[in-house]
Amino acid sequence: MGDWRTVMPESSLGSADASLSSSRPAMSPLGLDIPSSIQCSLLSKHSYNILGAFCTEDNVAQCISYVNQELSSLGFAALCSDSNGKRDLSLVTVLNVMYELLQLHRRGLRSLEDMETEQLKSSSDLDHLHVSNSRLKDQLEQLRRENTALHERERQMQLKIKSLQNCLKNDKEEIQKLQNIIASRATQYNHDMKRKEREYTKLKERLHQLLMDKKDKKLAIEVLNYVGRSDGKRSLWKTGKTEARNEGEMYKTLLSDYECRQKDLMGENAELKKVLQQMKKEMMSILSPKKLNLKEKVEDSLEQALSDNDEEGGDHSREVLELSCEHAREQLTNSIRQQWRRLKNHVEQLDNQASLVQKGAQIDKDVIAREIHEEEMEKLKLEIQQCKDFIKNQQQLWQQQLTCPCDDETAALLHDCYLLEEKERLKEEWDLFDEQRRNFEKERRNFTEAAIRLGNERKVFEDDRATWLKQQFLNITPFADRKRPQTSKSQSALSVSTETELWNGHTPAQLTKSVSHTGGTPKSATSKMPSTVELYRTLRLIPDPSSSRTLPKKGSWQDSNIIHTSEVLNKSRHSTGSDDNSIYSLAGDENTPN
Amino acid sequence: MNFSEVFKHSNQLCKISPDGKYLATCVQYRLVVRDLNTLQILHLYTCLDQIQHVEWSSDSLFILCALYKRGLVQVWSLEQPDWHCKIDEGSAGLVSSRWSPDGRHILNTTEFHLRVTVWSLCTKSVSYIKYPKACQQGIDFTKDGRYMALAERRDCKDYVSVFVCRDWQLLRHFETETQDLAGLEWAPNGCVLAVLDSCLEYKVLLYSLDGRLLSTYSAYEWSLGIKSLVWSHSSQFLAIGSYDEKVRILNHITWKKITEFEHPAVISNSKVVVYKEVEKHPVVGNEDLSFHHTLSMGNSLFSTQSKYEICPLPVQIPVVKPDPDRANPKIGIACMAFSSDNRYLATKNDSMPNNVWIWDMQKLRLFVVLQQVAAVRGFQWDPRRPRLAVCTGSSKVFLWSPAGCVSVQVPVEGNFQVLTLSWHSSGNSLVLLSKEHLCLCYMEEQEDS
Repeated sequence: MGDWRTVMPESSLGSADASLSSSRPAMSPLGLDIPSSIQCSLLSKHSYNILGAFCTEDNVAQCISYVNQELSSLGFAALCSDSNGKRDLSLVTVLNVMYELLQLHRRGLRSLEDMETEQLKSSSDLDHLHVSNSRLKDQLEQLRRENTALHERERQMQLKIKSLQNCLKNDKEEIQKLQNIIASRATQYNHDMKRKEREYTKLKERLHQLLMDKKDKKLAIEVLNYVGRSDGKRSLWKTGKTEARNEGEMYKTLLSDYECRQKDLMGENAELKKVLQQMKKEMMSILSPKKLNLKEKVEDSLEQALSDNDEEGGDHSREVLELSCEHAREQLTNSIRQQWRRLKNHVEQLDNQASLVQKGAQIDKDVIAREIHEEEMEKLKLEIQQCKDFIKNQQQLWQQQLTCPCDDETAALLHDCYLLEEKERLKEEWDLFDEQRRNFEKERRNFTEAAIRLGNERKVFEDDRATWLKQQFLNITPFADRKRPQTSKSQSALSVSTETELWNGHTPAQLTKSVSHTGGTPKSATSKMPSTVELYRTLRLIPDPSSSRTLPKKGSWQDSNIIHTSEVLNKSRHSTGSDDNSIYSLAGDENTPN
Repeated sequence: MNFSEVFKHSNQLCKISPDGKYLATCVQYRLVVRDLNTLQILHLYTCLDQIQHVEWSSDSLFILCALYKRGLVQVWSLEQPDWHCKIDEGSAGLVSSRWSPDGRHILNTTEFHLRVTVWSLCTKSVSYIKYPKACQQGIDFTKDGRYMALAERRDCKDYVSVFVCRDWQLLRHFETETQDLAGLEWAPNGCVLAVLDSCLEYKVLLYSLDGRLLSTYSAYEWSLGIKSLVWSHSSQFLAIGSYDEKVRILNHITWKKITEFEHPAVISNSKVVVYKEVEKHPVVGNEDLSFHHTLSMGNSLFSTQSKYEICPLPVQIPVVKPDPDRANPKIGIACMAFSSDNRYLATKNDSMPNNVWIWDMQKLRLFVVLQQVAAVRGFQWDPRRPRLAVCTGSSKVFLWSPAGCVSVQVPVEGNFQVLTLSWHSSGNSLVLLSKEHLCLCYMEEQEDS
């Protein structure tokens, strides 16, 4: 079929050359010798008038045979049947063949299309592959480059390592060298030191010798007369005896020290042993009841054996304890260890049991609790009822007693009761009253005493004032007029203060007043200091006897006052440090030694 | 709390007699003995030169005055004021002088530690001990005064000699396993001698009275080692303070370490109480300027007052970095003291100069930290009660007891900077020394009960 197509354009070119004609027989396998002119005419006489048709009116038979031949060679059914020697062109077969040919043609076209698309696809694939290939190539190149770079770096690193190793080696060598140097220097230094020290000792020796030889006149002791020994004994000659005695004494002191220490240790040991023994006993006492409970247990037999052994051991160890420790130690520790193991087992078991029991118990408990609750409630209700009844009965009885004046006997009894109570109360009050009276009396006595003392003091004061006034008068000053009110003021202040002294400072208002007075006086007389100082002096004259008399009653405020004045006037260095102190104490368990 | 008058003194020389009755003070070349109750001058002795050292004899009958510059020792008697004794060491020189425990012999160390001379006041005899070692504490007597241990150096090796004080007979002489012996100290029971190596090595050796080596203890190697060592009064504990800012406690049975007390820069344990001294400058308002008030304020007007506050935890403690280029770096535990009842241990770390640490020895843990405003100059326990007195070179005395903490201003005219303090043996009074003055501080009597 392809041939035909290729033929068509060539023939259309219109060149009726030999090549075409020669090609034609080659293409037709049967080698039909159709003259080219016919063919040409056939072609030209075709419906496509340009080249002439293949089949014309004239060569139908030839055409038929030719087609027939062609078709049969191609494997189609023959167009005409050669029945009875005559060729009949059967239309049906023609059409069939035509149809088949058309089909073939269409199929051919379709496959062509497919092939074309396939080719397109594959070409695009190819392109894609080309691109990816190139890309991969690039990548490969890059990686290769990187690889070489890394290689290079590694090489450099290696070089560096090598150099560093060299350095290290050098340094090590250096260190070794330095160490050697140091060591040698140290030995040299030690040697020199020793030499120098020897020289030095030699020098010392020489110097000593010289000092001794020179018979140093200056080297002497001058004592007025000799002093007796502190122990009052005479000194002894140094002999072998004293040496031996010294040795003996030394050993004695050492021995006593060791004895002391041993005693301490013994005491400590005994204490520890006691503790151990007690612990053991307690352990045994804890463990023994358990044995009975756990009789059913499987390990019980084993434990029984153990405990038996222990009990023996316990008795045994008690005796052994008195013996030396070495023998006792092993037994004791062993038995303790056993006990401890058992205790541990026991505790573990208990733990297990407890966990088991707890689960069970929780359920049981709820049930029991409810029951108990109800029972208890019932009981309580009953009790309440009883109580109520009881109260009611009592009330009734009371009312009965109140309403009807009962028999005289009971009434008298009751009356007596009341009277007794009253009497007792009265007695108490009487006692109280008595005590108060006594207090009053005491106070009155105090008061009278105080008044007498006050009188005395006033008298003394008056005398003093008189003398002072006399003095003032004698050396008259221009400020005499002003001073008089001051003195009177101070007097009043002082009198108040003495009163407060007597009353143990029971009048705080007055006290503050007095203080303000004394504070005020220097202010008013700041310009004339000597007079105030004098005033102070006079003021001090009076408290002196009074204070000596009232010494035991000194109040704290007065104390401080005196110190103030003494500071002012004497600048004494004796002072309470209370102003400067600031005490911090911790009220915690940590700081208090327990 | 009361304070006495102020007396002069020189060179911080002021000693209470062992019987607690007298107070000896030195003023230049004069020795003044006072009755401690009345503070009246009982005796006044004049020495040949400025006094550099004073010491009472154990029976409080004699006083030794050393004049190192002149190489002289003068001894005075309290019973016979006209009795005198003068010891001249001559050209050998004198660097240290002390009484023997019997109070009848004087031990003089000559210059260059050439020898120790033992002078007897009873027989005028003199004996020499050669080869004494030049170290911090080369001589130590047992508490009962029967034995004396002396560090010696011969042939570049350290030795210890134990003498019987009664007749100065050599009892034991043994070599110690030390590089460079730095000190020795008897346990209070007089049966164990602790010997420590130089600070380059951490090493403590414990010898029995008969010269047997009982134990050796070393906590670490190479870095600077022991800075201080102290026995508890019961001889039960040996506290070792070292340059690594730790205190290690050894027991007396196995001589092994019981515990280690670190001095952390941050205190966060809630069981520790930190008392911080807080200074407040008195604010004077116009209304305060009344006559009496100003007079009573007096001296304290311009000085600062201070009180203690309890710091909330955690507390950061200021740390002074020591200079690494200097010898004897200011770091490590240099001061330690057990309280009289052995219940507490007070320590001071040199790199935390403002703090005193008090440790509970029953619970073996830190108990209290006192943080002062100024660097702590010294502290001493009351010989009778658990009470610690601290001074910081300020005009205050600080007292700690388990009940609390007090700061007391010394009510003295002028500036009285307390540099050192010492308790009276009864624990009822305290001698406070400033640079040139001293004053007595009397505790309240109620506290006795």
